[in-house]
Amino acid sequence: MDVILLQLLNGLDKGGAYALIALGLTLVFGTLGIVNFAHGVLFMLGAFCAVTFNKILQLGIEKPVADTGFGFTPPPEVMPYVKIWFGETWGDFIISSSVPLSILLTVPFMLLAGIVIERGLIRFFYKRTHAAQILVTFGLAIVLQEIVKHYYGANPIPQTAPDGFSGSVNIGAFLGISDTLVYPWWRLVYFGFAIIVISAVFAFLQFTTYGMVVRAGMNDRETVGLLGINIERRFTVVFGIAAVVAGLAGAMYTPTLPPDYRMGMDFLVLSFVVVVVGGMGSLSGAVLSGFLLGIMQSFTAVSSYALLVFPNASEEVRQGAFFKLLDFVDTWILFPGIDQIIIYLVAVFILLTLPRGLMGRAGVMED
Amino acid sequence: MLLQERKDLFLMAIFSFVVLSAPILFQPIGAGYPDLLQKFAIYGIFAIGFNILFGLTGYLSFGHAAFLGIGSYAAVWSFKLFTMNVVPAIFLSVIAAGLFAALIGFVSLRRSGIYFSILTLAFAQMSYSLAYSVLTPITNGETGLQVRALLKEGQTRGLLDADIRVIDSFFGVEEFGIPITNFFGLKMSGWEGFYFCAIILIIAFFISLKIFRSDFGLMLRAIKSNQNRLNYTGINTRPYLLVAFMISGMYAGLAGSLLAVTDPLAGAERMQWTASGEVVLMTILGGAGTLIGPLIGAGIIKYLEQIFSSINNYVLFTFFDFLPVELQVLVTKLTSLFVGEGWELTLGLMFMIVVVFLPGGVVEGINRIMGLFHKRKRKEDTTTNHKAQPAE
Amino acid sequence: MSDNKLKIGRRSVLKTGALVGSALATPMFFSNIANAYTNEPKGKAVTLGFNVPQTGAYADEGADELRAFQLAVEHINGEGDGGMLNTFSSSELKGNGINGKKVEFVTGDTQTKSDAARASAKRMIEKDGAVMITGGSSSGVAIAVQGLCQEAGVIFMAGLTHSNDTTGKDRRANGFRHFFNTEMTGAALAPVLKNAFGEERRAYHLTADYTWGWSQEGSIEKYTKNFGWETVDAVRTPLGAGDFSQYITPILNSGADVLILNHYGKDMVNSLTQAVQFGLRDKQVNGKDFQIVVPLFSRLMAQGAGDAIKGIYGSTNWNWSLKDEGSKAFVKSFGSKYGFPPSQAAHTCYCQTILYADAAQRAGTFRPSELGAALEGFKFDGLGNGPMEYRASDHQCFKDVLVVQGKEKPDSKFDLLEVVEVTPRSQVEYDDKILGGELGPYNDGA
Repeated sequence: MDVILLQLLNGLDKGGAYALIALGLTLVFGTLGIVNFAHGVLFMLGAFCAVTFNKILQLGIEKPVADTGFGFTPPPEVMPYVKIWFGETWGDFIISSSVPLSILLTVPFMLLAGIVIERGLIRFFYKRTHAAQILVTFGLAIVLQEIVKHYYGANPIPQTAPDGFSGSVNIGAFLGISDTLVYPWWRLVYFGFAIIVISAVFAFLQFTTYGMVVRAGMNDRETVGLLGINIERRFTVVFGIAAVVAGLAGAMYTPTLPPDYRMGMDFLVLSFVVVVVGGMGSLSGAVLSGFLLGIMQSFTAVSSYALLVFPNASEEVRQGAFFKLLDFVDTWILFPGIDQIIIYLVAVFILLTLPRGLMGRAGVMED
Repeated sequence: MLLQERKDLFLMAIFSFVVLSAPILFQPIGAGYPDLLQKFAIYGIFAIGFNILFGLTGYLSFGHAAFLGIGSYAAVWSFKLFTMNVVPAIFLSVIAAGLFAALIGFVSLRRSGIYFSILTLAFAQMSYSLAYSVLTPITNGETGLQVRALLKEGQTRGLLDADIRVIDSFFGVEEFGIPITNFFGLKMSGWEGFYFCAIILIIAFFISLKIFRSDFGLMLRAIKSNQNRLNYTGINTRPYLLVAFMISGMYAGLAGSLLAVTDPLAGAERMQWTASGEVVLMTILGGAGTLIGPLIGAGIIKYLEQIFSSINNYVLFTFFDFLPVELQVLVTKLTSLFVGEGWELTLGLMFMIVVVFLPGGVVEGINRIMGLFHKRKRKEDTTTNHKAQPAE
Repeated sequence: MSDNKLKIGRRSVLKTGALVGSALATPMFFSNIANAYTNEPKGKAVTLGFNVPQTGAYADEGADELRAFQLAVEHINGEGDGGMLNTFSSSELKGNGINGKKVEFVTGDTQTKSDAARASAKRMIEKDGAVMITGGSSSGVAIAVQGLCQEAGVIFMAGLTHSNDTTGKDRRANGFRHFFNTEMTGAALAPVLKNAFGEERRAYHLTADYTWGWSQEGSIEKYTKNFGWETVDAVRTPLGAGDFSQYITPILNSGADVLILNHYGKDMVNSLTQAVQFGLRDKQVNGKDFQIVVPLFSRLMAQGAGDAIKGIYGSTNWNWSLKDEGSKAFVKSFGSKYGFPPSQAAHTCYCQTILYADAAQRAGTFRPSELGAALEGFKFDGLGNGPMEYRASDHQCFKDVLVVQGKEKPDSKFDLLEVVEVTPRSQVEYDDKILGGELGPYNDGA
């Protein structure tokens, strides 16, 4: 039974991450009408904000180390300034918390990056074809990737979760049901974080006048413009917000996935699928489809439920309805390779049954 | 009408001349060797076919690499099962890709815009994942499907590891080691391979030209400009779209088979989304909807990939030998950012620069330059015929 | 390439392009006819082709390979400190190039894709006149390029490729591999695992769903089954999955007490990091501590997994901390030039270049068939792995295999792996027939 609960929990967790990653993309789609192939790279830039912040915290007084006798010296040991300034205990605490603290760097940097990219490049493409948008944002993505590669290399750079959050938590024991229901702390934190950020974006669009104007602009840009509202500036802010959300998603993801310069491209196709399955121009659709795809992916990753739920099933158990159900799932749904194609299968199924994805609005990106 | 035909004839003549003398024309830029020229021709065919769908109808397929892959697999299987002659392989590939395109097109064309793009992407990604892993008995997975030596008497080996080539065996063709592909005895690697691809490119270009000029092409353009209006007038656009989708899928299959003809190996990565994205980029970079643009785009991307990536620091340093040493080091360092392992940076910058300054792709740039020289002729664009068409 | 750039300049001045072009192109068309074998070097130099990943996930490994190649070329041409040439048991190379010809090289990007790698190798052969291609960081690519070199009639000296197939099912006469393979990893690692974790273990495999992964899974299963390990499940994971959590959660309830991660590179970094986060290593199952094994380790990649690799067992082809004369000479030479120690990929590439050069020198020619004959059955020492031999029947190099463990207290960021056992060559040798495949005849091209 734990297997099923665990896969469900894992699916929710994955879904939260997918929704968070796709949120900015659908925001930019819906409001600005831009197909942003650089979105994945914004995610990657956020992750490297965390890496950079960690490097900054590690700055300190260098103690040269002994020569290896091989003609090269290993990097010197460093006494970080934070330890000198705040003492050993607090210094260690700050350095170990570098990932959550890196939000302090990620938010301003990504906001700035978003505004610069929008003002400097994207705004010239509002009236251009989607093809032109794809080409320019893809080009931008490659350039940004290459810059990161130049400074950080191509190898993944490990980041650690804060002390106390690096291990796993025994949820089963906590709830008093079993003790194999174990889940990493940091993934739970990330899930909570995703929910908070998503809610914040929703609240911003729903309850502030600013957000109201943006939503109005999503529906009818020209009329809003005629009302004398500077919709362009609001779009700049929207792009900035999208960049910040993507960046935060990336920065907080680093303990789970050691970042490298191509991690954005790996998420690009996935985030597009999430957004389109959710329906163009729909924020709640993207969130819903993120969870749906996450859960589907998690559930199909198990090779046999019957074996895992009933490890040593007696003949009596084998005759039970539940066992038969699991056995049916194992035989007819979990064919080899299903876990690799499931999100595409789901995407095809949904797009064919629901013309505009789960919650898409008519007329957005249909031409 | 007559004028148009004469102009097309002229265009075809120039095009054929350039393609056939490519080994000489491209020599000065370091591209005059068989493999790269083969790739120019093959990816040119791929992009020309993609352009028939995207350039004319505006339907952006993000899964065209699937057809390229199917074409390659079909061709290699033809080499393994039937004969090393390339003719059956090409026919099989085009048919297989056409059928596959009919299937995917029939489903995907029920949606338009980005929903269509994602449907094609999903099908291609599924094909890629399955080819990489579960379908290994047919595709040989990561290693790729290869031509092998003939199955000998008494050997028990799967078809992946030993071939039968029934037609060749029937005619008693002698084989020594692993054979290479041939066109009725003419080997299909090296320069012969290039000229074979070049002639097919010329034919493919000619067919594309005919489609552009035909009523069918006009209908596709009408779909692009306003599909609703066509629907209101009672025209069912779906069959036209499906035919266009199939034709461009068959072009992709043809390109895939030629990849196998010049180099008999088919791998799953040919079907990955990055490969689908590449042909999209080629087409837009060169100029979507123009006849020659996609070909130019394909050439530029393959050139950067092969030649720019091969320029290492050593080469650069030697090249800047005429400078004083300090300057030589500095200039080498600076330029090395854009070549060798940094060739993708150049590619990215090029995408941005072209799309910002030349909305119509590289072709627009060429037209502008031409326009400077022949102000008088500027309106009579030889590569597109948007202006000429309404006269009919 | 420099020449070609100049030609652009010239061309624009002359503007009668076609004539100049045809004059330049003519030798290309007919050059092959006069050669006794593909790209027979006629001048004072010989060109080698270094085909490494410069973009993509293995770009850093590729960069390290390229450094090693450049170092090897320097040493063969008599520049630098000579590196492992001083410790190499064969002393044919005199520091004046190969067969009196200065060694030059061309480079290219494989992108870790078969198509790109073959295109790049073809450029080296068709345009730059390379007589040998080497490098690479993946088995799929190695097999693809090896097949190409066989067709073209040049020698292929495989870089980092660990799948059995390279010298098994897909072996070719023109191809040679110095790196070890999954069969040898299985044979070397299994006894160490038995001693460390006992004979009654239930193993769970997470396997990268492609040829190398299956090969690795099969070998580990084969050798651990011998003393009673049981395989609970072997789950295939898609290449580049990124987040492996959905594959890790079922392990918790599977009753397994060992996890074998048949992943390499980025997949290994991600799956290992995540498995450790799931608390697998703190678990007790069947009354035993849960363990994780990574059959193929790479120090360069292990850096990406950070603390997660501490205490984890695996195998490696070579590690810079080895204390034999050859290794010391190579690390010193590499370290003083680049400022950090070489990776196993760099080592294998360096060795391959030296071995090729030496064989060409001994054969007195670059003709693949004669050069290959000089390598077949060649016994040598002093290249960092103890006494070695290139087996004639499958062109696989046989040598001792290193079983390593992630260091608990590393001295520096380079010092990640500790050698726990050097498994002697006799223990990892196998009959080449069990892997199938045949070399076929040499191809000299032309």
